[in-house]
Amino acid sequence: MISYAECSARERLALLLDAGSFHEWLPPAERITSPHLAQLGVPSAFDDGVAIGRAALDGREVFVAAQEGAFMGGGVGEVHGAKLVGLMRRALRDRPAAVLLLAESGGVRLHEANAGLIAVSEVMRALLDVRAAGIPVVVLIGGANGCFGGMGIVARCADHVVMSDVGRLAMSGPEVIEASHGVEEFDSRDRALIWRTTGGKHRWLTGDCDALVEDDVAAFREAAMAAIGKAKPSTLAALEQEHALLVQRLHALPAHDAEGDDATLLWRALGIADAQQVPELAVAALQAMRAN
Amino acid sequence: MQWNSLATQLFGPYHGMRAVGDFLQGDVMFDGEPLTVIGTTNHAPIGFALALTQARVVLDTVAQHPGRPILLLIDTQGQQLRRRDELLGINRAMAHLGAAIDLARRRGHRVIGLVYDQALSGGFITSGLIADACYALPEAEIRVMRIPAMARVTKLPEDKLTALSQSNPVFAPGVQNYVAMGGVRALWQGDLQAALRDALARTPTEDLRARDGAERGGRRLAAAVVQRVLDAA
Repeated sequence: MISYAECSARERLALLLDAGSFHEWLPPAERITSPHLAQLGVPSAFDDGVAIGRAALDGREVFVAAQEGAFMGGGVGEVHGAKLVGLMRRALRDRPAAVLLLAESGGVRLHEANAGLIAVSEVMRALLDVRAAGIPVVVLIGGANGCFGGMGIVARCADHVVMSDVGRLAMSGPEVIEASHGVEEFDSRDRALIWRTTGGKHRWLTGDCDALVEDDVAAFREAAMAAIGKAKPSTLAALEQEHALLVQRLHALPAHDAEGDDATLLWRALGIADAQQVPELAVAALQAMRAN
Repeated sequence: MQWNSLATQLFGPYHGMRAVGDFLQGDVMFDGEPLTVIGTTNHAPIGFALALTQARVVLDTVAQHPGRPILLLIDTQGQQLRRRDELLGINRAMAHLGAAIDLARRRGHRVIGLVYDQALSGGFITSGLIADACYALPEAEIRVMRIPAMARVTKLPEDKLTALSQSNPVFAPGVQNYVAMGGVRALWQGDLQAALRDALARTPTEDLRARDGAERGGRRLAAAVVQRVLDAA
């Protein structure tokens, strides 16, 4: 078992895809770096923190992107974002069996925030174009930096989300919320609270991810293989269903002053027996709690 | 600008738009044609519930009024920074709003964004930035963060950032910078009715922001990098 969380973006590509099949576009040798970081005197990366290309997964052609959390937390800058947009546009043209996004990102890269914000919205639009063309987009989340900010929105625009129990998916990080509304609102040092609020187990129980896997590259590979061919067209009927689910969830969460932990109350309201046990349960036990 | 004053300038004194809390809505007439207006005011934080409220109106417009244009009026301080919203999945609610707007566009609705006051970060991504195109009033404010906050987060000297922002729009807040980067298509000045009329008639349906950013010199690399990916061997 190889920990997905501990792998670099390139290690994940090497281990998750068919052996030796990854062919990179705009590889580090081309040295396409961020001009903005250079202006700021901040070290840059020759791939601007994301590797993109084509590969085979279980013998089928897929296009793939992997964000490198070790470089600026996987933050999306102008070049990084444009590489993702280019990959999506190319998928629209060449029609691979699926697009895989190995997401690990704090969201917009604050050093070039204005460009990053526009770039994330361009990624969203390009991703939705790919999805509308019937090509499934699969997002894998299991890196140490999680998937936050604009990339947390991008992830939920995809057809299929795979998470490990150590993965985190959300919008604003706990530190940002604590800085804004105080430690009583969100104690960013309370690891258990962070996991109950944003972690893979919670996202699995609420249906925010479609598959929950162990922190194991092979498990991610299997889940990605299963997701190919499962396009979910974004139709009016599908969006009405999504809307009803989210409204129901909003009403299911008890009022702010209810006794007990919010996450546990929400899980209970969603019909999870022994909700207070959830944080202690193994992935296999959780997988069994939700029929796919 | 106050939303009511904006609505009056665009649709006349009997515009029929109303505010419910921070949420704005209206079925207005413009040039004799119905138009759906959806917006927020009071620098609203966009939380789980407010994202759903907006998505509801988009979906109703798609279902009940095929092809009717939608105008998004934007005034937001960004996403709601609350643990409850994160627990509920604010990112999913915002993605849902974005997907609803995207569906409307695909089914032939013109969707125009207008930043009439301020637009920050997450509150902007699934409104104006996912429309066919986004416009702004000249006095509006668009940013992710101000330079002092950016200096703290990036641990770079504030005066260095200020100096660099004179020549590189990527570093500083401001609607003009967003125009230069292609994120805002144009500013609406003078006759706002004429500006809306022009936007409804001429806004492209494809995403031209990277191209605009390159032509305007504010975001020189994005379009070229996209093209290089398309051309790569």
